[in-house]
Amino acid sequence: MIKPLLDWLDHRTGYRKITHEALYENVPGGSRWRYVWGSTLTFALVIQIITGVFLWMAYSPSSQTGWESVYYIQDQMFLGWFVRGLHHFTAQAMIVLLVLHLMQVLIDGAYKAPRELNFFTGLILLLLVLGLSLTGYLLPWDQKGYWATRVVTNLAGIVPIVGDSLRRVVVGGNDFGHQTLTRFFALHAGVLPGGILALIVGHIYLFRRHGITPAEPRMKPDAAFWPDQVLKDAVACLAVLAAVLFLVLYNHGAELGAPADASVPFPAARPEWYFLSIYQFLKYFPGKTEIIGALIIPGMIFGFLFLMPFVGKWKLGHRFNVGFCCSLLVGAVFLSYLAKNEDHHNEHYQLAVEQSDTDAARVRVLAMSPTGIPPAGAVSLLADDPYTQGPRLFAQNCASCHRFGGTDALGSKLDESKELASDLKGFASREWLGGLLNPATVDSPHYFGATKFKDGPMVKFVHEDVKGFTPDQAAKLQKVLAAISAEASLPAQKAADTRDAAIIAEGRQLIKTEITCEDCHQFHEPNPDATAPDLTGYGSTEWLTAFLNDPGHPRFYGPDNDKMPAFGKQKRLNDHDIEMLAKWLRGDWYVPEAKP
Amino acid sequence: MPPSTPPNQSERREFLKKACCVALGGALGAVPVASGVAFYLDPLLRAGGDSKGVKVRVTTLDALPNDGTPHRFPILASRTDAWTKTPESAIGSVYMMRTADPQKPVKAFSVICPHAGCFVDYVPTLPNYEPAQAGFLCPCHNSTFKITGEIAGTGSPSPRGLDELACTIENGNEVWLQFQNFQAGTSERVPLGS
Repeated sequence: MIKPLLDWLDHRTGYRKITHEALYENVPGGSRWRYVWGSTLTFALVIQIITGVFLWMAYSPSSQTGWESVYYIQDQMFLGWFVRGLHHFTAQAMIVLLVLHLMQVLIDGAYKAPRELNFFTGLILLLLVLGLSLTGYLLPWDQKGYWATRVVTNLAGIVPIVGDSLRRVVVGGNDFGHQTLTRFFALHAGVLPGGILALIVGHIYLFRRHGITPAEPRMKPDAAFWPDQVLKDAVACLAVLAAVLFLVLYNHGAELGAPADASVPFPAARPEWYFLSIYQFLKYFPGKTEIIGALIIPGMIFGFLFLMPFVGKWKLGHRFNVGFCCSLLVGAVFLSYLAKNEDHHNEHYQLAVEQSDTDAARVRVLAMSPTGIPPAGAVSLLADDPYTQGPRLFAQNCASCHRFGGTDALGSKLDESKELASDLKGFASREWLGGLLNPATVDSPHYFGATKFKDGPMVKFVHEDVKGFTPDQAAKLQKVLAAISAEASLPAQKAADTRDAAIIAEGRQLIKTEITCEDCHQFHEPNPDATAPDLTGYGSTEWLTAFLNDPGHPRFYGPDNDKMPAFGKQKRLNDHDIEMLAKWLRGDWYVPEAKP
Repeated sequence: MPPSTPPNQSERREFLKKACCVALGGALGAVPVASGVAFYLDPLLRAGGDSKGVKVRVTTLDALPNDGTPHRFPILASRTDAWTKTPESAIGSVYMMRTADPQKPVKAFSVICPHAGCFVDYVPTLPNYEPAQAGFLCPCHNSTFKITGEIAGTGSPSPRGLDELACTIENGNEVWLQFQNFQAGTSERVPLGS
């Protein structure tokens, strides 16, 4: 039944002859493990094509949807993280396999006549695969890929004469945007794989034409490719797949950073590990000599690789080639080590990586929030998130005088002795106000200690009146604190404020009666004698926003304001940033509901 | 060395090797293919959404002509399209008209033709239909519907009449609608998930 059908097929296609030729290729000296690298590379490429096509079905190349669709693949679609992880780590494996394949070809002398053309196609394939890595790195449109790829396209810009035009054509305009992604994607999914497939056909054809270059001495008699060598190849492919699967599962797929944002610095930007050596190399070429390190030397090295078949004609030449490539490899490993080592000792970089991880995790929390990703894309999620923006704004604008839990809010410890104004961690909370009204701490550097209010009426009040409070008065003061703190409606104190509603109501009365806050402060009713900040809505978003806008306003410190700048009035910060800062100081940001 | 003749090994051993090759090859291909296919079938694994549709406020009674002429209104609602959440945007349209029935003063039809899913037009005169009257005409395959939503004439290719959507009047004169879509091409109404 089947045989006549196959005969029919063979008569029309001649598949039996082709299969026979493919399978019964002679392997001089029998099958060997050292011949597996070409097959593992082909296997890796097949994985890339399969996973790549599936990812293609969910990826959307534009600056408003690139990151978003990758996030959707990664966190929402079934097994998306796995397919993407497979694609990502197989790409890394391909680089390793390419080096192994090249070294094996080199050591066995398989690049020499008459196999020069095969060697050349191999070198071009190597370049095309590196091109795939480079273009693929940008596609998720996250901070890392964005900033790292900008470096590469800027390097294209230093090519003499045509540089700027070349850069603009590659980028699709003057700056990175939609056109950059559509172009990179077309290269990544169309042009480069097409070129690779065409060259691989040629590469394998030439390989079959000249046969395997046997590694001497031959241990065994010749054998056919099938099944011995095929089995070894398959086992090697399995090992590659196992390594890739380990990496995918261990890392839960590939990394996805925060969405690309041209306005947010990204000091953690580094190229992929296999480009680290050239990245490090560039550091040694100052100023206008960059072109030497970026183009001329790498170009010469690559040019020499093309000359190797001719140099290798002489026995010494072959040894030189092997030695050259080995030292190149050692040099690359050493440079990569230097790059890693430098980063390892760079505290600034470590903080940046930590920050980038925090941002990446946070933006995904926000993307999964009920508000989700707006039509304009995910880039606004972090920009409008007090949790993300607050610490940055604080470190930049406030940390020259204030502290936040002893740090600049970004994790850098600050010199305790240089503290000039209060530590704002927990501002307006009961604990924070408790410290302010504590004779032991009110004039510490944590509060007014380093400001001109050190000898002001508030400190005096705490030192003279509060210090002498009877236990009954002290208990009343606690109620007043609860009342003032409740003005802020801090999200973290919501439960306590609701629970203590009666105490708070009592405290409100006490402010006006026994605890004489109203001597200096205004509280809900107009108080023309007030000289100190208004306690109405103290610590609320509205109060903080107005305060940051102009602390010297009569509602706050008036002419008594110390060094605090009027951030809004003086246009040092815009309304959006002031709002971010105010909300962040209050601990007012999106928190996902705990899963039951 | 000259090309060798097939090595003299036991057939059993050869067979075992070949079987291993085939099994390994299958396993190697299965990982990317199977995970990729599962990934591609993701839409089937997602809950279809609420097939009861969404309740939206469409218009007010006074925006509808008293003579019962249908008026088309866009349906504005929040929408999730894969990763994008749009707070308020057009998710469809409906025809609405006043009726003489005081219990049910407004009637609404989905604009989607139940035949193949095109957008039906309101026409003052149905073509090739006696007696001459207003109705709905689908521009794709000429499905015709009477103003009541029923199929008009035996030549109409639609398997069922226009899909009527439930309307309520709230707060005096607000017209609210339960908006939903139905599967096209079936004689029964089968609601689609949002």
